[in-house]
Amino acid sequence: MEVFTLQLFNGLSVSSILLLIALGLAITFGLMKVINMAHGELIMIGAYSTYLTQNIFKDVLPPSLFDWYFVLAIPVSFLIAFVFGLILEMSLIRFLYGRPLDSLLATWGVGLVLQQLARSIFGAPNVAVTSPSWLNGGVEVLGAVLPYKRLFIIGLVALCLLAMYFYIYRSLEGRRMRAVMQNRDMAACLGVSTRRVDAMTFAIGSGIAGIAGCALTLLGPIGPSLGTYYIVDAFMVVVLGGVGKLVGTVLGAMGIGIFNTMFEYWTNASLGKVLVFLCIVAFLQWKPMGFVAMRSRSLDS
Amino acid sequence: MKKKWFYQMGLTAVVLSMVLAACGNNEEPASTTSGGNSGAASGDTIKVGVLHSLSGTMAISEVSVRDAEIMAIEEINAAGGVLGKKLVAVEEDGASDWPTFAEKARKLISEDKVATVFGGWTSSSRKAMKPVFEELNGLLWYPVQYEGLESSPNIFYTGATTNQQIVPAVDWLLENRGKKFYLLGSDYVFPRTANLIIKEQLKAKGGELAGEEYTPLGHTDYSTIISKIKAAKPDVVFNTLNGDSNVAFFKQLKDAGITVQDMTTLSVSVAEEEIRGIGVDVLQGHLAAWNYYQTTDTPANKSFVANYKKKYGENRVTADPIEAGYTAVYLWKAAVEKAGSTDVDKVKEAAKGLEWDAPEGKVKIDGETQHIYKTVRIGEVQADGQFKELWNSGEAVKPDPYLKGYDWAASIKPTE
Repeated sequence: MEVFTLQLFNGLSVSSILLLIALGLAITFGLMKVINMAHGELIMIGAYSTYLTQNIFKDVLPPSLFDWYFVLAIPVSFLIAFVFGLILEMSLIRFLYGRPLDSLLATWGVGLVLQQLARSIFGAPNVAVTSPSWLNGGVEVLGAVLPYKRLFIIGLVALCLLAMYFYIYRSLEGRRMRAVMQNRDMAACLGVSTRRVDAMTFAIGSGIAGIAGCALTLLGPIGPSLGTYYIVDAFMVVVLGGVGKLVGTVLGAMGIGIFNTMFEYWTNASLGKVLVFLCIVAFLQWKPMGFVAMRSRSLDS
Repeated sequence: MKKKWFYQMGLTAVVLSMVLAACGNNEEPASTTSGGNSGAASGDTIKVGVLHSLSGTMAISEVSVRDAEIMAIEEINAAGGVLGKKLVAVEEDGASDWPTFAEKARKLISEDKVATVFGGWTSSSRKAMKPVFEELNGLLWYPVQYEGLESSPNIFYTGATTNQQIVPAVDWLLENRGKKFYLLGSDYVFPRTANLIIKEQLKAKGGELAGEEYTPLGHTDYSTIISKIKAAKPDVVFNTLNGDSNVAFFKQLKDAGITVQDMTTLSVSVAEEEIRGIGVDVLQGHLAAWNYYQTTDTPANKSFVANYKKKYGENRVTADPIEAGYTAVYLWKAAVEKAGSTDVDKVKEAAKGLEWDAPEGKVKIDGETQHIYKTVRIGEVQADGQFKELWNSGEAVKPDPYLKGYDWAASIKPTE
């Protein structure tokens, strides 16, 4: 029973982490169709932003406030990654819309540049981020210990998802964004500044990658190559979920997270991953568009 | 058509990102060799090669070893050089890429005509360079603990082989911490070979295997493995994870509420440098097995640590492979002076039985295997990020890369 509860929770937790790293990509790749290979590096930027916030709290503010650095680190990570995304879009991505292969290579290059930048600034070794003390420990449910950090990440993901839902489906900017993504020419004719919408959309996707980076400092390593560990999973989730719909991304993350945990428990980590990949390949043979296909009136050309 | 095109683009992206991620994750411990050529000693200088990864994923670890070797070379030059000649370091970047190591090794020996090469970290890089050094009769000094079962006539191994690190650590754990072992490692040659040996040893010494798990390099989610460990209730987790995975494992182990009181973990790839990146709060109380710690109390170590910090910054730390790289340079110098030449065959002959007071204590080159006698030390991580030595072997242990002196290891064969 204890193991079952724990594995169920682990599955949910892995899903939430996958969802967090894929949410930003669901926007930049799913909505905007930019194959953004630098997504992992935007996550890394979020992680280093958290590290910097921590250091400022450690050096400048009284120790009693230290535990609260993490609360501030989340918006800081978002903002810094947002700015990086905005600069990236305005200086590079905007010239490459509709040229996916070019954008793939260009963003890969950007990713390498960002990695080397981190290596030059922070050094090649990993840096340590001390988790706030209120996230240490866990709550016991049915004999299993559920760590607060993982619960916190699940909550954070839910919050991000909610915020994104309201932004995309319930706000004026979101409506413009959907209009541009669905029919760029028509939206432009109706007076929407597609250039501005593109820049904002890409920057928001990048900002969410920053939040993911911030959350990952609780669980994993913080180093220049951090992004490379998560980029495969992020693309996997978006492709499996089906591009263009948030609910697809959620389903994709849940599917991969839960199956991966189960397979890993029954076999081992390497084989578990192989089995998940096999399932995904089989599934995509059956449903090439992923879980949720976006219905569109544009003609398949 | 458009939909199909998009699906293909998505798959392309996934495949590409996998390839890229795989490129970034080739972390395996190995070592490099140094090559010696009589042509190197022309004029007033002697060229020596320094071949480490200065870029790519292994740069994290190898840059510090390079720093220690350069420091040793500068110290030797300041003290008058070798055979009255100054050493000139020829640096090359192995770029964390094993074919590059082989290529650069060939270049150092054939074009630069270096007397010897100090370098390497991962076993893959060592295995890539080995044929080059053997073909060109070069000389390589490899500074990292490794999985043993190797002894090339052209390589000197200054890191520990298994009977100088893993085997005594298992013995100590069996005696002091319990019989039930859980083996956790990264999925490549070093952890698998190490665990093969440990399993034989446990069988022979009455230990019990509670479980064995391998994770891909760069694996970052250990929740399931920690559940398995919890369910197996071992006394000891023997950790041969390498690289960034250690950070994820130890952070998540702490979150799962497992403390050092519940079970002992002993790592063989976590040294002072790694502690800084994982965080002391997470690692305090966990154990490691090495031959050297920054806190090792010898006169040679005091000046070594002081000089290293003076040269590279107060916040830098020394660690086992860093010390082994430094020791390698001095051992080569002693062998050259004894031989009166930098000729590879003469240096190898002179190196037999050579002794030197290294920072880790007295070391001696074993002529037969070209490994060195080393003292084994088990340490516990303290609040300041340094190790407290809990146990040491008392005297330097004779290297035995093929474990010939252990009856239970009779079935373990070299994999090459």
